[in-house]
Amino acid sequence: MALSYDDVVAKYEPVLGLEVHVELNTKSKMFCSCATEFGAAPNTQTCPVCLALPGALPVVNEKAIESTILIGLALNCKIAPYSRFARKNYFYPDMPKNFQISQYDEPICFDGYVDVEIETEDGPKQFRIEIERVHMEEDTGKSLHVGGATGRIHGADYSLLDYNRAGIPLVEIVTKIVPGTGKYAPEVAKAYVAELRDILRGLKVSDVKMEQGSLRCDANVSLKPIGSDVLGTRSETKNVNSLRSVERAIRGEMIRHAELLNAGQKVKQETRHFQEDTGLTRSGRSKEQAEDYRYFPDPDLVPVTPDAAWIEQLRAGLPERPSVRRKRLQQEWNVPDKEMAAMINADVLDIVEETVSLGADPTKARSWWLGEISRIANEKDLPVAELSIKPVDVAELVSLVSKGELTDKLARQVVEGVIAGEGTPAEVVAQRGIKVVNDDGALMAAIEKVCAEQAETAEKVRGGHLPAAGALIGAVMKETKGQADAARVRELLLKHLGQG
Amino acid sequence: MSSLSRDEVAKLAALARIEMTEAELLELSSQFGMILDAVARVQEVDLSGVKATSHPQPLENVARPDVVAPSLSPEAALSGAPAQEESRFQVPQILGEAE
Ligand SMILES: [Zn+2]
Repeated sequence: MALSYDDVVAKYEPVLGLEVHVELNTKSKMFCSCATEFGAAPNTQTCPVCLALPGALPVVNEKAIESTILIGLALNCKIAPYSRFARKNYFYPDMPKNFQISQYDEPICFDGYVDVEIETEDGPKQFRIEIERVHMEEDTGKSLHVGGATGRIHGADYSLLDYNRAGIPLVEIVTKIVPGTGKYAPEVAKAYVAELRDILRGLKVSDVKMEQGSLRCDANVSLKPIGSDVLGTRSETKNVNSLRSVERAIRGEMIRHAELLNAGQKVKQETRHFQEDTGLTRSGRSKEQAEDYRYFPDPDLVPVTPDAAWIEQLRAGLPERPSVRRKRLQQEWNVPDKEMAAMINADVLDIVEETVSLGADPTKARSWWLGEISRIANEKDLPVAELSIKPVDVAELVSLVSKGELTDKLARQVVEGVIAGEGTPAEVVAQRGIKVVNDDGALMAAIEKVCAEQAETAEKVRGGHLPAAGALIGAVMKETKGQADAARVRELLLKHLGQG
Repeated sequence: MSSLSRDEVAKLAALARIEMTEAELLELSSQFGMILDAVARVQEVDLSGVKATSHPQPLENVARPDVVAPSLSPEAALSGAPAQEESRFQVPQILGEAE
């Protein structure tokens, strides 16, 4: 029987664990000098090292080590004075070496934390997510499964491998188990991944594009009856590639687990794959036999022993924490709490900041991004950042409106034009022939016409009943096809009717 | 004398994707036993305070700058592949047994 989410959290307490993989944005790979460009033609970024040809030797990328230490510091971790790389042995064609170079019992960063804040029924509440470890490894190649159900592993006739991605520096960030989030577990997980993304973006160590896979989240979920100390069996959901999916995947898994437990069945310890279209997970590899990766120190790579002075230098250069930045921007822009939460939720903070830096008024910039533009993005089911309208366009738009060259209504048409790919606001204005009628003569002609047509209403206004002016202004705006500045129309109309 | 059971050797062989005959499994289980005995002698020494060694040379922090060098051409990269398609390595169906 289908359970509601409320039923689930009334009976069970969720326990989370999150593993986030981040592709670093180094120019070259982790252990070789191949380029790391996204979207290059297949197998154009490979060499003897990342193809594992005999005799090839890996040498670690110093920038990748620096980036990983920066991540550790930003997540309040300790940095290991001595750490090593280890081989994680498994056979799968996405790793041509038949092992992945990773770190095992000596990760470079460990014991950190991230604080996240979410909106609850009782107002904002902070949760501390403890970080178990941050370690370095390398990404795998990309498989394309051919035949059978296209794209899916199951039923494929054969697979095709592109090793461009194999060996791109990858950092894995693993939380300790996260208890005590109760019904807010999905929101806390989403807020954590969003905070991580913002921290990483601030550090400039990764593109953090979830949709391109440079930030990927695996969510471990288990349930225990409220009040129990015994942890339930967990499932691990992979392929969670958007913030919204993190929330949906965890909520979905909580419901799935509760349905099994309520029916007296067992939750299987297994890997599950998140399906973007349905929001459900499907069963993947069973983990009933624990994997046996036979980790051992990689003999080809020497230990990493970062100098304490260097670590302190990196710590001193850390950028402003995203949470601190948000508070600062909220103050500078004078944004009410609710609006601030809406901006964060809509993920438009960076874009608004950029628009403001181009000279736009913060309130105007915010209302465009959060209002009309977000509305169109929702309609198109796209993130705001993927629309073709950019901060520079919105800054131009705000300036056109403030100079009186566009009304808000006309500006909305311009937004539509920019998003439709018709060019910059100025180009859209020119091509669509959009212009404010600010010729007082033309406006007066329209006002006189409307007052004659609606003489009774005009008389009311003349008699001092100002609310009646609204209908006349509306009619004048219609008469001028929305191209008049409503404020100027009001001014002229009231003057005309002896109320100015 | 230590030994590794035939089943343990079979499991290792499976993990390493090495096909072995029954006779080889039995032969190796006794050979592994000898290796384990040799290693066991090390365990008799008091090694508390001695760090596990992974490298014979006392080298640390060997790294390279983040600079791109030319890669192989796709033709060269694929030249040793038994099968290929669309500039990609073609491999047999993955995980037929598990997925
Ligand atoms: Zn390479």
